[in-house]
Amino acid sequence: MIAELGLALLWIAAALACLSLVAGTLFLRGGPKDLAALVRPASVAQGVLTAAAFGLLIALFVRSDMSVELVARNSNSLKPMIFKIAGTWGNHEGSMLLWLMILSLSGGLIAIFERRLREDTLVATLAAQAALSLGFFAFLLFSSNPFKRLPVAPPDGQGLNPLLQDIGLAFHPPTLYVGYVGLSVAFSFAVGALITREIGPAFARAMRPWVLGSWIFLTLGITAGSYWAYYELGWGGWWFWDPVENVSLVPWLAGAALLHSVAVTATRNALRAWTVMLAVIGFSMSMVGTFIVRSGLLTSVHSFAVDPERGTFLLVLMAIYIGGALTLFALRAGAVAEGKKFALLSREGSLVINNLLLTTILALVLLGTLYPIVAEAMGEKISVGPPYYNKVAGPLALILCLVMVAGPLLSWRKDDGKRLWSRLPLALFAGAAVLFGLILFGGKVGILPLLGMTVAGIVAVASLAPLWGRNLRRTPLPTWGMVTAHFGVAVCLAGMGAESAFIKERLVAAAPGDNIRIGDFSVKFAGVKPVAGPNYTAIEGTLIATTSSGSSFTMKPEARTFPGLMGTAPTETNEAALLTRPGGQLYAVLGQPVTSDDGRADRYQIRLWWKPLVWWIWLGGGLIAIGASLSLLGRAQLLAIWRARRHRKSQERFAP
Amino acid sequence: MTLRLILLCLIGALALPLAAQDRLPPAPYAYQQLKDPAQEARAKALMAELRCLVCQGQSIADSDAPLAGDMRHEVRTKIAAGESPGEIKAWLVARYGNWVSYDPPFDGATAFLWLGPLLFLAIGGWLAFGRFRRGKDDAEDAA
Amino acid sequence: MRNRWVLFVPLAIMGLLFGAFIYRLVTPAETLIQSQWIDKPMPLFDLPPATAGVEGLKSSQLADGRPRLVNVFASWCIPCRAEAPQLEALKAAGVPIDGIAIRDRPEDVAMFLREYGNPFDRIGADMQSSVQIALGSSGVPETFLIDGKGIIREQIQGVILADQVPEIVAKLEAMK
Repeated sequence: MIAELGLALLWIAAALACLSLVAGTLFLRGGPKDLAALVRPASVAQGVLTAAAFGLLIALFVRSDMSVELVARNSNSLKPMIFKIAGTWGNHEGSMLLWLMILSLSGGLIAIFERRLREDTLVATLAAQAALSLGFFAFLLFSSNPFKRLPVAPPDGQGLNPLLQDIGLAFHPPTLYVGYVGLSVAFSFAVGALITREIGPAFARAMRPWVLGSWIFLTLGITAGSYWAYYELGWGGWWFWDPVENVSLVPWLAGAALLHSVAVTATRNALRAWTVMLAVIGFSMSMVGTFIVRSGLLTSVHSFAVDPERGTFLLVLMAIYIGGALTLFALRAGAVAEGKKFALLSREGSLVINNLLLTTILALVLLGTLYPIVAEAMGEKISVGPPYYNKVAGPLALILCLVMVAGPLLSWRKDDGKRLWSRLPLALFAGAAVLFGLILFGGKVGILPLLGMTVAGIVAVASLAPLWGRNLRRTPLPTWGMVTAHFGVAVCLAGMGAESAFIKERLVAAAPGDNIRIGDFSVKFAGVKPVAGPNYTAIEGTLIATTSSGSSFTMKPEARTFPGLMGTAPTETNEAALLTRPGGQLYAVLGQPVTSDDGRADRYQIRLWWKPLVWWIWLGGGLIAIGASLSLLGRAQLLAIWRARRHRKSQERFAP
Repeated sequence: MTLRLILLCLIGALALPLAAQDRLPPAPYAYQQLKDPAQEARAKALMAELRCLVCQGQSIADSDAPLAGDMRHEVRTKIAAGESPGEIKAWLVARYGNWVSYDPPFDGATAFLWLGPLLFLAIGGWLAFGRFRRGKDDAEDAA
Repeated sequence: MRNRWVLFVPLAIMGLLFGAFIYRLVTPAETLIQSQWIDKPMPLFDLPPATAGVEGLKSSQLADGRPRLVNVFASWCIPCRAEAPQLEALKAAGVPIDGIAIRDRPEDVAMFLREYGNPFDRIGADMQSSVQIALGSSGVPETFLIDGKGIIREQIQGVILADQVPEIVAKLEAMK
């Protein structure tokens, strides 16, 4: 009953999307105003119904209704409740419905909250959003139905991959999806503005909170995903340039460029063509990402379903959406009159360079990810990994950071460089101090981590420069946001550099009682014991880490075995033990038992890493998200003040 | 008959982690570091660049697969014997092709991979800053 | 005035991207990593016997003038069992076959030979996959066609199917 109801709701929502699209199109071609009045409520209703359908799917998972194929394939009655709920989106169909829900809800929210935009542009935007939804509704209803029933319900489900039974990973997809699909709003606003040729500050102002909001979620999602991979995969890596990671980074890069560009268009009426193009590219890259991950195009540890047929469906959808939007851009963006001129040394100039560098990095990440396909077409099998990205993206990212240092200190239109030169020396001094410190005391440090940490020093000081000489209590929130986010970049960069340069590793076949020295620690292996969890058995090791100052900490890494359910083979995973200290993290993994030469049967493979400042990476990511949130709040605050002032003015007009 | 064989191959290929594993312990240098820290650092750097042949996109430094362990053993043994990382990588590329290295070569097929970003930056810069030159001309005209 | 054609660049780039996608959807990726050590001499090795009752394998023994097969296998490799009848057929056709057992214990190899037959003249034990890596082999089972001078001429990845047997015999004949 629930499944059938859910499916019915989806069909009705799809029909509403169709209605919005048709009514909107007819209105824009000169139809009656009544049609426009239909679009807003239809969008809202579409959002509500899709959300209700998703809620019903969650209910099916919560009840472990094995008659529904999706539940039978991806869940199990023994799973803890939180993971049953998370299992809803831990598969292709469920996550596609999540995607669609966010798409539809976004349309509804635009319809409810956007009041300042010209009506025809708003109708065009909502119609574009409805068009996006329609394609994905078709994809879901015709090739990925989450509510499909099984003719015979199995006694229990096939369970979820034990690697995915993790709280961090449970909430990683929804966070990322709000980000990816939130960019669809920017896409729709851009398409709407292109259709009605209203490419100016108004549409940028409408779009800005959406861009900031979705980018915040993307930042959080990628940061959380990196941390999950770090502690779950057992080797302590925080970024692998894996194809799936890369396609998650590309929309983030587009969003980063877009949020800067849209601010300029909204306040200065400049960079309009850049803003429109980046808005189209942002969601286009979200769609490309979901296509690559779901079509089996590239091998990855993260790969979802391997289904070329679904891939073809998505490819056709993308050809229509991206092709259509970019054609519209090519035909209409040229008609935008040139904005006010600005000099190269100006805020606008630095933002153009910012856009250019971010877009180049975006292009090269995409190039590296897809190049193995191109090379194969030319007869060569190659692999593209960290060595390539470090060599090509690394320097560009560092240059970008330096531009970020100068940009906020430049005036609009034209800057004489005086303020920049007066504030820069302190930042450069900080960078030089870091550089010489590393050269003199750092030992053998690779060139990229060395430059990274130096630039981090410069950025850390320079990002605070906009606050110098200001009354801090009267500094607007968006400025605080910018400062925090840029400072976060410095923190993140410093963490990456320090970890890469100074990481220490020990691999030891240890017997109980052995001491292992690593960094400032002396780690004693106290032994192992078997433990049992809700759906696994494990060997738990006990390690006692003592610092040179005498503090002692206990770490308990585990080697877990999940029994195979319904005929699948058992899987083994490693649960690393982490010890977070101010200077970094100690990372311990329990490996296999070792038969050693001296005949002892109780030796185990222990892997230890001391990773200096590694947690700064995720702290930096968090700061970036906080900074963007402050900017968003600041806008909301300004909007509230603007509305209050307008209300007061209209009241004054009617005062006796 | 052929169908049965194909099915057998399929089952064999899909045999999950613990089903079709060898019973021998890992090679000596699969999980053991070299005594000399400088050599170990060179070996580690090289291992991070070599691709695991039986994994879904991991380097041999990040994989528990037996063949990856054996490759780590080869790398460490060769480094200890005095070979340079470049020589070892070339040795492996001669056997497995460029696929085994995460550092793509620079040749005819990959020229665009390496030069593409620079080209993109150059063209983008020219397009973006073309307007600055025009802008300055306009300002001079107006003056 | 901005050149109108520039605005079509994003669309053109999208076209290239889609070209790559369509190519990959049409011709799925080849997941097997082929050995590049073809038309090259057999690497030097001297492997101990894989189990009691068989001879070990030396690389020098592979250049005795007779074209032969080297079969890389393991007792824990399930598809290798499916290959046994074909290897027997090849042996019956007069093809010399030597085996390299990867990461195998002597008792497991013995059990494998008992159950599925022993078509091998000699079987070397490669406990750490070192010869396998030197050959550019990336899995089991794989079979290498060696000519009389010890040069590797061809690599067959996966199980040898029944209809491939005459082809292999013919190829080895041609190498004589």
